[in-house]
Amino acid sequence: METFIHQVVAGIATGGVYASLALALVMIYQSTHHINFAQGEIAMFATYLAWTLINAGLPYWVAFFGTVILAFSLGVLIQRVIIRPVENAPVLNVVVVFIGLLVILNSMAGWIFTYTIKAFPSPFPKEPPFGLSFISSHELGSIGVTLVLLVMLYSFFRFTPLGLAMRAAAQNPVSSRLVGIRVGWMLALGWGLAAVLGSIAGMMIAPVVFLEPNMMSGVLLYAFAAALVGGIDSPGGAVLGGFLVGILENLLGAYVIGTELKLSVALVLIVTVLTIRPAGLFGKVIVTRV
Amino acid sequence: MNKRHMILGSVAIAAATALTPALAQKKYDSGASDTEIKIGQTMPYSGPASAYGTIGKIEAAYFRQLNDQGGINGRKINFISLDDGYSPPKTVEMVRKLVEQEEVLLLMGTLGTPPNSAIHKYVNSKKVPHLLLSTGASKWNDPKGHPWTLGFNPSYSSEGRLYAQEILRTKPNAKIAVLFQNDDYGKDYLNGFKDGLGDKAKSMIVAEASYEVSDPTVDSQIVTLKGSGADTFFNVTTPKFAAQAIRKADDIGWKPTHYLNNVSASVGSVLKPAGLEKSVGLVSMVYIKEGNDKRWDNDPAMMDFKALIKKYAPEVSPDDGNATNGYAIASLMAHILRLAGDNLTRENIMKVATSLKDYQIPMALPGVLASTSADDFALFQTMQLARFDGTMWVPFGKPQSVR
Amino acid sequence: MTLLKTTDGSPAQQLPWLQIVVVMVAACALPFFLSNYHVFQASMVLSTAIALVGLNILTGYSGQISLGHGAFLAIGAYTTAILMDKFDVPYWATIPVAGLVCLIAGFLFGLPALKLEGHYLALATFALAVALPQLLKFRHLESWTGGVQGIVILKPDPPITSLLGLTLNSDRWLYFVALFVTVAMYWFAWNLLRGRIGRALIAIRDQPTAAALMGIDTSLYKSLAFGVSALFTGVAGSLSAILVAFVAPDSFTVFLSITLMVGMVVGGLTSLAGALYGAAFVQFVPNLADQISKAAPWAIFGTLLIVLMIVLPGGISGGLNLLWSKLGRRSVSV
Repeated sequence: METFIHQVVAGIATGGVYASLALALVMIYQSTHHINFAQGEIAMFATYLAWTLINAGLPYWVAFFGTVILAFSLGVLIQRVIIRPVENAPVLNVVVVFIGLLVILNSMAGWIFTYTIKAFPSPFPKEPPFGLSFISSHELGSIGVTLVLLVMLYSFFRFTPLGLAMRAAAQNPVSSRLVGIRVGWMLALGWGLAAVLGSIAGMMIAPVVFLEPNMMSGVLLYAFAAALVGGIDSPGGAVLGGFLVGILENLLGAYVIGTELKLSVALVLIVTVLTIRPAGLFGKVIVTRV
Repeated sequence: MNKRHMILGSVAIAAATALTPALAQKKYDSGASDTEIKIGQTMPYSGPASAYGTIGKIEAAYFRQLNDQGGINGRKINFISLDDGYSPPKTVEMVRKLVEQEEVLLLMGTLGTPPNSAIHKYVNSKKVPHLLLSTGASKWNDPKGHPWTLGFNPSYSSEGRLYAQEILRTKPNAKIAVLFQNDDYGKDYLNGFKDGLGDKAKSMIVAEASYEVSDPTVDSQIVTLKGSGADTFFNVTTPKFAAQAIRKADDIGWKPTHYLNNVSASVGSVLKPAGLEKSVGLVSMVYIKEGNDKRWDNDPAMMDFKALIKKYAPEVSPDDGNATNGYAIASLMAHILRLAGDNLTRENIMKVATSLKDYQIPMALPGVLASTSADDFALFQTMQLARFDGTMWVPFGKPQSVR
Repeated sequence: MTLLKTTDGSPAQQLPWLQIVVVMVAACALPFFLSNYHVFQASMVLSTAIALVGLNILTGYSGQISLGHGAFLAIGAYTTAILMDKFDVPYWATIPVAGLVCLIAGFLFGLPALKLEGHYLALATFALAVALPQLLKFRHLESWTGGVQGIVILKPDPPITSLLGLTLNSDRWLYFVALFVTVAMYWFAWNLLRGRIGRALIAIRDQPTAAALMGIDTSLYKSLAFGVSALFTGVAGSLSAILVAFVAPDSFTVFLSITLMVGMVVGGLTSLAGALYGAAFVQFVPNLADQISKAAPWAIFGTLLIVLMIVLPGGISGGLNLLWSKLGRRSVSV
């Protein structure tokens, strides 16, 4: 029984990792209607920037906020320079651009920082919380950070005029321009914010999985699955999806099918969920009228 | 000049030629000449195994330094290392390019079991020396079937057997948990380990968990293994996952007798990120010197290595286990080439490589000798167990012979 | 040659025979002018081109996205390997079997999966690509698949060692095998697409609701498209297994599936000739990038991808079409 709880908690902890990256995916989707496959690499690269700042001697929180600002600029820059020229291109062209971006960032990170793993510090205390043995303070803390970000993201889109403008720009750029929304800058803002979310996700993930250029490739698949299972336009759904995927993966591996097939079975289950509820658990079903 | 003089003269010249050492007779196969020796290699500089690219980097640096110092027997080494991304079809393409287009003399240090499996038949049919493979699969030691292939890494399955025997000796009633990477490398270790335990394997191994290279963490597997009640842990993971496993085990309060595979035994690249205090008590097999081991601070090979890094590969950390590994391989290759002298035919290179007698590779631990013979191509005949004391690996017991 | 489109987009029923003959003569002469290594590379390009044609049928003509076609390459390759290794089936006989196996597998996968749209389908196919290597390594299937070790195949020898006075070694022979299969598959694709099925697929892609209203069984056709595209990819996988003479789970990573998709888009969607351009791109450009920069070759590759997408949104074939039309020719699209 103790192991079971342990597995569930470990699943929640890994799930938190997926959830945080899934939030960034949702962010970019809600503001641009694209799923950015390079999101993981942007997060990884931002984490390396943080690592560089920390290694240069800056205290953690200074490096943290410095990275957030750098990540924002990076996101905006990428949108303006690379994404804008293909804004109106067919979806697949945009996907290829994302792949190109992914490959560039991965390659650059490997070149500049080498492929050896690096330890990344955690802002949370080393001792486990309340003396519990099955979760570390960091894991608990990063789940907390993810939830805070979730609330902030949700409130931003739901309650602020800027969030509304961003959603409008993504859904209907033509009409948005007519009402005076600067669509171009909304998209750039979306990318910037998504990069910020990604960078925070990266800084929360790196202490657990160790920083290296391929750090996010495994996470991206699960984050993608989590975002879709939860509903690609629902931040809360994505986070919940992340936790569900984490727990599911752990329990499958530990109790049902063994570790050798857990990846396949987890994915089969996810796809099955999607065939039953095509818009995800909490997504909005879009009905096209003829 | 009369006939007698001419005959005497000819005999004299003939005798002089016959008595002159073979130095006068240079023999080359493609890739070798008076001025250069071409060596080919494939390495995963990109893709999931890119961390091992450092090995190739250091090998290239070693040869650059060697060339700057005059080369080997007056010849420069032209080291061509191509990226195969750990993908066997790409390896086939790149190796064919090296052999057929670049016409290298030999292949050195090609990395990875699947990539090497893909070219195994090809290089043997083309009779190209396939030397010092960076993989420990046992199938490279096959003098009869594949006489042109000679691996470098100590055999994974032998190492697994070593740990099994150690466990049988020290803790015959141990309850063992195994974590392994779900690929040829992980399974090789696991099979050797089970072989070593023999009939007791089924009863002693109480839990097995695998992971994929694409998994983000192995935390869940560690939780499962702890939950099995095992008191001994055989950890067959590559560096990133090894660090995660060590840290997680410590975090959840699981303190088994922990056997770590040599692939991830680097203090600098694995134990330090994981946490040195968390790694105390780990048992592994060691055969190459480590950069952060104070014992070697004044060791000539180590000092040369550190100078090499500083000048030719400053982005690499001297504590990186892959770096010293690459240095050892390159230096052994240089040694073989030196011994071959001016007879740089592929056949002769193989002859030299398969008749090494107790050669102490400078970067290998003292006493770890390289020996090969016509019916045994395994370089390392003995393995040394060591325990981590918080700062370095301390050897214990005698080097044990392995097959 | 798209063989499909004239400037107004309607399917062309005629083949540009002159161009085809020229290309075929060049293709047949090629192996006698190139080194064995380059012939091998050319054969790999042909095999990839077949896979891209398959992917194009699915994505370009039928509008379904797939990020997992590497899985069908794997199934085709392993079918060939297992048949050759365990059952001593001659290599050429394994190719149609591999295609058939993939047709069935693709159709079966398509039935449930194609209820999903867009991103969700992408995820489902992505999941397939990720899960398949794990299945190949599964220990209970090890005796068939060779598990993590993979399967080594014997490279076939040519049945005739010389043709019209020119020597035929193993590489050249396999090149001709690949060429034959490629031509056969292209012919098959062309016939398929210019007929009723092709029009149905295009209708489903462009106006799915209208197509359904007109009585086209969209699910059936979509699953069929998936199955057929899997068939093509399976044949390609089978060929590549014979050429490389080795299969292992590590040969079929997710990155392979992504490379296929990239190749298709770069070559040009809805262009059969584009498949060749795309295949050549993914085969040779990474090698070129490696020669340009040893430090970060993939960064160069990625940059090239982005630049291509910005400058040539229709892919290479789209770009060539533009060039042709600027030069004033009648556009039988290339």
